[in-house]
Amino acid sequence: MPTEPPRLYRSRDHRMVAGVASGIAEHLGISVVRVRVAFAVLLGLSGLGVLLYAAFWAVVPLRSDTAETPPPRDFFQLLPFVAIGLGMIMVQALVFDSIGVASTAGWLVAIIAVGAGVIWHQSTPGRRQQWSESMSVPWLGAVVEESDRRAFVLRFIGGGVLVAVGIIGVVAVYSPQDNFDAVLNGVIFALVGLAGVGVVAAPALWRTFNQLRAEREGRIREQERAELAAMVHDQVLHTLALILRNAHDVKTVQRLARGQERSLRNWLYKPTASPTERLAAALEQAAAEVEDTYAVTVETVVVGDRETDERVGALIAAAREALVNAARHAKVQTVSLYAEVEPEQISVFVRDRGAGFDPTTVEDHRHGVRGSIIGRMDRHGGRAEIRSEPGSGTEVRLTLPTPGTAGRTGKDHD
Amino acid sequence: MTDQPSEAAINVDIPRQLRVFLVDDHAMFRAGVRAELGAHVEVVGEASSVVEAVTRIAALEPDVVLLDVHMPDGGGRAVLEAMRRSHPQVRFLALSVSDAADDVIGLIRAGARGYVTKTISPDELAAAIRRVADGDAVFSPRLAGFVLDAFAARPDTPVADPELDQLTNREREVLRLLARGYAYKEIAKELYISIKTVETHVSNVLRKLQMSNRYELSRWAADRRLV
Repeated sequence: MPTEPPRLYRSRDHRMVAGVASGIAEHLGISVVRVRVAFAVLLGLSGLGVLLYAAFWAVVPLRSDTAETPPPRDFFQLLPFVAIGLGMIMVQALVFDSIGVASTAGWLVAIIAVGAGVIWHQSTPGRRQQWSESMSVPWLGAVVEESDRRAFVLRFIGGGVLVAVGIIGVVAVYSPQDNFDAVLNGVIFALVGLAGVGVVAAPALWRTFNQLRAEREGRIREQERAELAAMVHDQVLHTLALILRNAHDVKTVQRLARGQERSLRNWLYKPTASPTERLAAALEQAAAEVEDTYAVTVETVVVGDRETDERVGALIAAAREALVNAARHAKVQTVSLYAEVEPEQISVFVRDRGAGFDPTTVEDHRHGVRGSIIGRMDRHGGRAEIRSEPGSGTEVRLTLPTPGTAGRTGKDHD
Repeated sequence: MTDQPSEAAINVDIPRQLRVFLVDDHAMFRAGVRAELGAHVEVVGEASSVVEAVTRIAALEPDVVLLDVHMPDGGGRAVLEAMRRSHPQVRFLALSVSDAADDVIGLIRAGARGYVTKTISPDELAAAIRRVADGDAVFSPRLAGFVLDAFAARPDTPVADPELDQLTNREREVLRLLARGYAYKEIAKELYISIKTVETHVSNVLRKLQMSNRYELSRWAADRRLV
């Protein structure tokens, strides 16, 4: 294991593969191309380039110079270096007639180095974290990213297997070809070695686990706190300031308080669903808009939920129109909105206990009722029924048959 | 909230003042409720913690306790569980800012006779208290919606005890009308039944909610994991 130079880091911001070359270049103050060429040329010497690269990757910690995400890597830049490396290997093969045993040994040593490096990485949490920050390639993440216990164990075993394979390979290469005992001894030796490493590393690993778990929990808590603080700061304090400033205006104060209460409620009790996708969320959004625009309270109750489509969208629009009518004409503070999703139909009821009217005498220019509610429901195969009496309020009943859809799905209420 | 006709609240020829106790950890809110209810009922005491509530309710024996769901030391549930067996005559009405379905259902299942949110108007609150004192249940539209959801007819769930684990069609209709914002009187008119019958249906729903061990009810909170 090469020891770590005091101030050599892998660079996160200019990396191609692991940032080794750019890190070294930065450290030595030379052009990164030179370093990459050097690695590529070293490939020719029994794969020494790969070996060195792997060793650096394994032991040099990663440093990100900037807080923001690094620019995406341009893998095309790798092509020339890969070409040079391949060329070197070809030249070597031609000149020295074969890649030969030496290079096999080199490769095996490289495997051992990588395996040992992977294992070694597991024992220093700080470095591991940098690993996980540095990984953006998903399949690589499985090898080196710290995500959970399973991945950790997998990696540890993977590293062990690499080491074992390397050692067995070395034994096999250097033992006489027909001597299986030697190979067997090599295997046993490798396993014993692995077990030894495991025993030595176990306490450290265990400590690391706990450290990591505590760290992660702390991070999650911290994040929640930050979110809450941001929400309170951005919304609640702002609203309170506005309420103080508008204390003389009852309507405005009510509207501000209502809106803030609603958004806090949503924040506390509801998983966010998109109003463009789910019926309940869309109805709640329509109710919220009507509340804010007309300064009334809409008591929204939705039972069941489903995806929206064009027809459901029409139902929501009709319900919204009914809410607007109630808010504008009923002259009451509260409107009830109830929606229920059943297997065969969706029903929506909008009710107020306000002025009411005589539905038979609705003038033709009242497009709200005729066009936006009744007509719209008719066009989409639904029904709209309006019951109203002067003095006892109004109820708009909307039904939309939904043949062949699945039944209700559980949902969170508001 | 509970859209009870306000004439119930105006109807002041009651035999005696109802004795009401407040349990809430917000002093401001207690003061507000006290001021609002002063004209309708007699507020005999208040408490801001579970321990205080349990001792004082036992000493005062009020008719109705207004109970906050969320309190630092266990919330309304803890008070209910401590009082129910020893003082079955004390009725509880849950009053909360929480809209979390499992909070509300949990409190009802622990023995509260109804649920209203803190945004309820004073008149409606007084009417609700009176109804609870009379032994009826108080279902706000929102609670009615929660219950309909909890008893949702899912064909794939086995029903252990049809008597307890299912709502009758009539009960379902009554709940739907409650959720639509109808008052008892209007529900009675709509379904051609008496107000007394409406009250019976609502009480039966409450009983089922408290007694049923239906799969859905036990899984309620889990199914609707609230964030």
